[in-house]
Amino acid sequence: MGSITLKQVRKAFGDIEVIPGVDLEINEGEFVVFVGPSGCGKSTLLRLIAGLEDVSSGQIIIDGQDVTSAAPAKRKLAMVFQSYALYPHMSVGKNIAFPLKMAKMPEEERQKRVNHAAGILNLTDYLDRKPGQLSGGQRQRVAIGRAIVREPAAFLFDEPLSNLDAALRVNMRVEISELHKKLATTMVYVTHDQVEAMTMADKIVVLRAGRVEQIGSPLELYHSPANRFVGGFIGSPNMNFLEGPAAEAFGAHAIGVRPEHFLMSKTEGQLPGTVGVAEHLGSDTFLHIDLDDGTHIIARAAGEFPISHGDRIWLTPEEGRVYRFDKEGLAIT
Amino acid sequence: MATRQTQSLARLMRAPAIILLLIWMIVPLGMTLYYSFLNYNLLNPAGTSWAGWFNYVYFYTDPAFMESIKNTLILVLGVLAITVIGGIAIAMLIDKPIYGQGIVRILTISPFFVMPPVAALIWKNMIMHPSYGVFADLARFLGVSPIDWFAQYPLLSIIIIVSWQWLPFATLILLTSLQSLDGEQVEAAEMDGAGAVSRFIYLVLPHMARAMTVVILIQTIFLLGVYAEILVTTNGGPGNSSTNLTYLIYRAARLNFDVGGAAAGGIIAVILANFVAIFLMRAVGKNLD
Repeated sequence: MGSITLKQVRKAFGDIEVIPGVDLEINEGEFVVFVGPSGCGKSTLLRLIAGLEDVSSGQIIIDGQDVTSAAPAKRKLAMVFQSYALYPHMSVGKNIAFPLKMAKMPEEERQKRVNHAAGILNLTDYLDRKPGQLSGGQRQRVAIGRAIVREPAAFLFDEPLSNLDAALRVNMRVEISELHKKLATTMVYVTHDQVEAMTMADKIVVLRAGRVEQIGSPLELYHSPANRFVGGFIGSPNMNFLEGPAAEAFGAHAIGVRPEHFLMSKTEGQLPGTVGVAEHLGSDTFLHIDLDDGTHIIARAAGEFPISHGDRIWLTPEEGRVYRFDKEGLAIT
Repeated sequence: MATRQTQSLARLMRAPAIILLLIWMIVPLGMTLYYSFLNYNLLNPAGTSWAGWFNYVYFYTDPAFMESIKNTLILVLGVLAITVIGGIAIAMLIDKPIYGQGIVRILTISPFFVMPPVAALIWKNMIMHPSYGVFADLARFLGVSPIDWFAQYPLLSIIIIVSWQWLPFATLILLTSLQSLDGEQVEAAEMDGAGAVSRFIYLVLPHMARAMTVVILIQTIFLLGVYAEILVTTNGGPGNSSTNLTYLIYRAARLNFDVGGAAAGGIIAVILANFVAIFLMRAVGKNLD
């Protein structure tokens, strides 16, 4: 239960083509993350799977059944929305029970499932409260509770953590990952945050302008990005790109080096530059460096790296950690 | 109001308005109360004397009194039912994106701009009239004998006219409420397997509860005092069958020139309005929290 296949799914709003045609295979039990900059069509793609938008052409197959024109409720999917979309006049318990009530499940069974879900999500003490009386994280959990009681074929998450503060986001990230391990149900998760994508996903789908740029496990994307966009999008801080003579030395139009893959020296190296701002995070130091050819570089140094504003520095990319790209931005392998 | 100083300043500055409002309310109410205890008839103003509770007893024992109270309540409840249910229906219809939406909305709301006597006259002479009216034409087209609305169904006719006037108000308030319904909640309900009817019952109606309360409370205030529509159409008749409390008071004051009796009726109307208000706040007021 829970495999989703997209075949040449295309979506246009009037004349504007948002998704030109996506083929995608989501296996049973997988945690798939759609990631991309805002406006890349990742939410639209999720809504197409959910059935909240009609596809312009193509096929959506869930568990071997063609659901392209089926109503959202008939697809056996559950969705967690960015705004949580809780029903404000119903108590937490009634919110969670709502899908079961709609499925005409008997009261007793309903109560059992709600209590079970509330137990998993630490909501047992809050079942009688209204959503308005809960904190952001609790509301998030209620939304998840409403999704899990139905025992759906797959969960769809639409940027569920973007309304939470940074600390809570890290917590919920772990909780959702734990939940996935516990339930072993397919999850499709949309985010613009590549950290969420890297930490949670079994498989990441990188989207840009409605096109799939690359599909792969987090480390595949990190180690062998298919093109310059994926290289720049995955990893934090972003990959540095060098063009001109520095790139030609590697036989490429442009080369990409991640901040963590520079060797630094105060005396010698391939790329001379001047240190600008140094951001000390304790564990790491991020150096903003202006190379002599004008390129701006961010490099990661050890936490205690002794350097100050205006110092000269020489950078050398680590052996085998240089990504080469041709004129079109595709990776050269 | 952060400090004590700004607080007392604010109190000082809003005092004139409050005092003015208070005078505006207290003086007429006090005078009405005073007149209601007088034998005061405009045909014989020289014979004014203290009456005690006579005016109240007289007004209460008037056979038209109970009927007028009943008519008042039927009128208020009837119009409320029609406007709230009809308002929800129309609001949901014009909330849908359609061609010419702007014009349709303006047309829907326009009856509210027509003043009550004019609206009543239009209904009386152009729509419900047994020989020239649109309804009569329709009836003749169908081969039925036309209904003489104001003779056969006087109170219902008044209810229809007043509903027509207040439907736009209800529609407007309920439409804005409908538009503030969160789209993601509707989609969530859709994913949860709620059909159109379930979505309406469990999502749309509770969301509109507050707007419905506002509509009911505001309309009740105005509907208790409906008068012009009755004056230009049925004159309260036939008999007393379309006389409400307001109209009964008008009759006492302006047809019988009995100021004392009318004042007593006015005080009774105030008490009735308060009963209705308490009942309404108990019934629907919790939606306003």
